[in-house]
Amino acid sequence: MKPLLLTNLTATSCIGKGVAATLTSLLQQRSGLRMCAFETVDIETHIGEVAGVDDARLPEPLRKFDCRNNRLAELALQQDDFFGAVRQAASRLGARRVGVFLGTSTAGILQTELAYRECDPTSGALPPHFEYGSTHNAFSVADYVRQRCGLQGPAVAVSCACASSAKVFGSARRMIEAGLIDAALVGGVDSLCLTTLYGFHSLQLTSPSPCRPFDVARDGISIGEAAAFIFLERAPRNLDGDSVLLLGIGESSDAYHISAPHPEGLGARRAMQAALAAAALEPEGVDYINLHGTGTPSNDRSESQAVTSVFGPTTPCSSTKGATGHTLGAAGALEAVISALAIRHGLMPGGVHTGRIDPTLTAMYIKDNRRASVARVLSNSFGFGGANCSLIFGRAG
Amino acid sequence: MRLTAYVSGLGVLGPGLCNWPETAAVLSGRQAYRPAATVLSMPPILAAAERRRTGRVVKLALGVALQATSQSGEDPASLASVFASSGADGHNCHEICRALALAGREISPTRFTNSVHNAAAGYWSIGTGAMTESNVVCAFDASFSAGLLEAFTQVAIDQVPVLLVAYDAEYPQPLHAKRPIPDAFGVALVLTPQRRPSSLARVAAGLTDSGFDRIADSSLETLRCAFPAARSLPLLRLLAERNSGTAILEYLDVSRVEVQIEPCA
Repeated sequence: MKPLLLTNLTATSCIGKGVAATLTSLLQQRSGLRMCAFETVDIETHIGEVAGVDDARLPEPLRKFDCRNNRLAELALQQDDFFGAVRQAASRLGARRVGVFLGTSTAGILQTELAYRECDPTSGALPPHFEYGSTHNAFSVADYVRQRCGLQGPAVAVSCACASSAKVFGSARRMIEAGLIDAALVGGVDSLCLTTLYGFHSLQLTSPSPCRPFDVARDGISIGEAAAFIFLERAPRNLDGDSVLLLGIGESSDAYHISAPHPEGLGARRAMQAALAAAALEPEGVDYINLHGTGTPSNDRSESQAVTSVFGPTTPCSSTKGATGHTLGAAGALEAVISALAIRHGLMPGGVHTGRIDPTLTAMYIKDNRRASVARVLSNSFGFGGANCSLIFGRAG
Repeated sequence: MRLTAYVSGLGVLGPGLCNWPETAAVLSGRQAYRPAATVLSMPPILAAAERRRTGRVVKLALGVALQATSQSGEDPASLASVFASSGADGHNCHEICRALALAGREISPTRFTNSVHNAAAGYWSIGTGAMTESNVVCAFDASFSAGLLEAFTQVAIDQVPVLLVAYDAEYPQPLHAKRPIPDAFGVALVLTPQRRPSSLARVAAGLTDSGFDRIADSSLETLRCAFPAARSLPLLRLLAERNSGTAILEYLDVSRVEVQIEPCA
C-alpha cells in the first residue's frame, strides 16, 4: 500500500489526557486501572475510567449529541490542539475532501440504559428527552465529530467490536487511494456502559484484579474507556525523518466462533501476514509488537501462538492494556497512538501488572520498558465475531 | 472520481419481497407491489449451536447474502464482505436494556455476544468459512450509501470481489417509538472487479451534490423511506429495468452517491 502520514494525533484514556500525559504514564509504567465505582455498577472488577468525562460540555447547536460517549470525544478533541489542527486542515484541503472514520462498539448506549430506568410506568414509553440517533446509534460519534469539526466528506462509524478502530485505517486508506478524499480523521471512541461491564462479566471474562496480560495466572480483562484520533494524509515526498507513517494494514476473519478466538490464532496470523505483505516487509522488519493482549486465558494463548508462528520467539511484544484497560472499540486507535509514541520516543512499553509470565506462551513478552530505536511497530486488534486487524507503523527516515 | 464494479449477484428480502427476481418484477412495473410482513427463514449454513442464538437480523442478513452469492456463482468463502446496518439486533438490545434496568441486572452471555454490531458478519464468516476481510459500517439513515462506498473502494482499489450486505430490522417498543423501523429489509450485492458470466451490469459510483431520486409509486417510496437499506431502491430499480441510466442515492446532508449503470448484454 502507499504509506500514509500521521499528521496529528491525540489520545485520552485512564493513563492520560493527551499524548504528553500518556507518554509520561508509559515511561513510568503507571496503570490507570482502579476498582470499579462507575455509575451504580456492583461488579468486583477494575476499570480504566477517564476522570472528568461528564464535565465536558458540547456546544449548544450540538446538544442533541450529549451523552458520555460524545463528551469523551469532545474532551479528547480538545487535547494536543487536535481540534484546531483539523479545522486548519479542513480549510487548507476543503471540508469536502476530509472524511471521518471512527470505530465504536457501544457508542452512547449508556444513554438508553439510563432511559430504560425512566420508562413511563403506564405506557412504558421512554422519556421525551431521550434521543436515539445522536446518542445510542453507532454513527452518533462519527456524526458528532464530523459536525463539530465542520467536515463534509464521507463519514462512517465502523463497528466490528474490539477491532473497530483498527479497521477504520483500512476504510480511510481505500478512500484516500480512490481519490474520493485527500485526508481522513480516523479514530475510536468507546465509553463505559453497563452493557459491556455486565456483559463481559456474564461471560466470566472480567478479572476482579487489574488485568495481567500474559501472566500465568491471568484471569480476564479490565474494561476501560478511551478516545483517540489520528489525522491521516498521503505521505509527501520530502518527510521529516521523525514523521510516523502507516505502512501496512492486514484484515481477516476467524470464521470460528462468535466470542472465542481461534485456538491456534489462524485468523490473527493471517491478519499479521497480510499487514506485512501490504507494507512489503519481512517479519524481521518489525521491532516491537503492541499485542491485543486482553489478559483472558484464551486470547493471550491464541495470540502468542499466532505471533510466534509469524515472527518467531524473539520479537519483543507487550500489551498496554494492563495500563489502559481494554478500551474495546477505541483500543485500535489508542494503541495506534501508543505505537506512534513508541517510534517517536524509542520506547517499547513493558506490560504492567504482569507478574510471572506464562511459560507456555512462546512470544517474547516484555514486562520492563526498553529504550531502543524503534523503527517499526505492529499493532494487533481482535474482536468478537472473529474480526482481526493488524496495523504496521514506521518511522519515515 | 468514479469507482467501477460489476453487479454479479443480488439478493433482496423485505415487506412483500422474497427474492431478487420478484423484486425486479415489482420495480420494473411488471408486477404490482403488495406489502406484507417480511418472511425470514433459518439460514441453512449455520450449525445447530449458532441456530439457537440467531435473531431476526442475522436471518435477514444471511438470507440476502446467500441469495446474492448463489446467484453470482462465487464461492462465498472467497469474498471479502461489507455489512452495513443502522442498528444491530433490536430485540436483543431491548432485552439487555430491560434487564439492566432491573435490580438483578442479569444478562445472558448469548445476549451479550449477539449485541455486537458485527454479529451478522461473524455468523456469515462462521457459516461460510470465509476468513477474508470483513467490515461493518453504520451511518444511521445513510448506512446503505456508506456501505456502497466502502464496498466500491475495496473492489476498485484492492481489486477483490466483495459481498455488500445492507440490512435493517425493527426495535420493539419502547425503542420503536424513537427509531420506528417497521419490519425487516435487506439487500445484498456481489460486486466483482471484472465482468463474470453472472454479471447484470457495470456500475460506476461517485459523489455528487445533485438532488436524490425518489420512487414514483407511493408504496415503494414509503418502503424506501422506512428502512435505511431501502435507500438502495433507485439503484435496484435501474438494475431491474436493465436499462442504462443514473440513480442518485441519499447519503449525508447535501452529499449524495451517484451510480451510473450499464447493463451487461
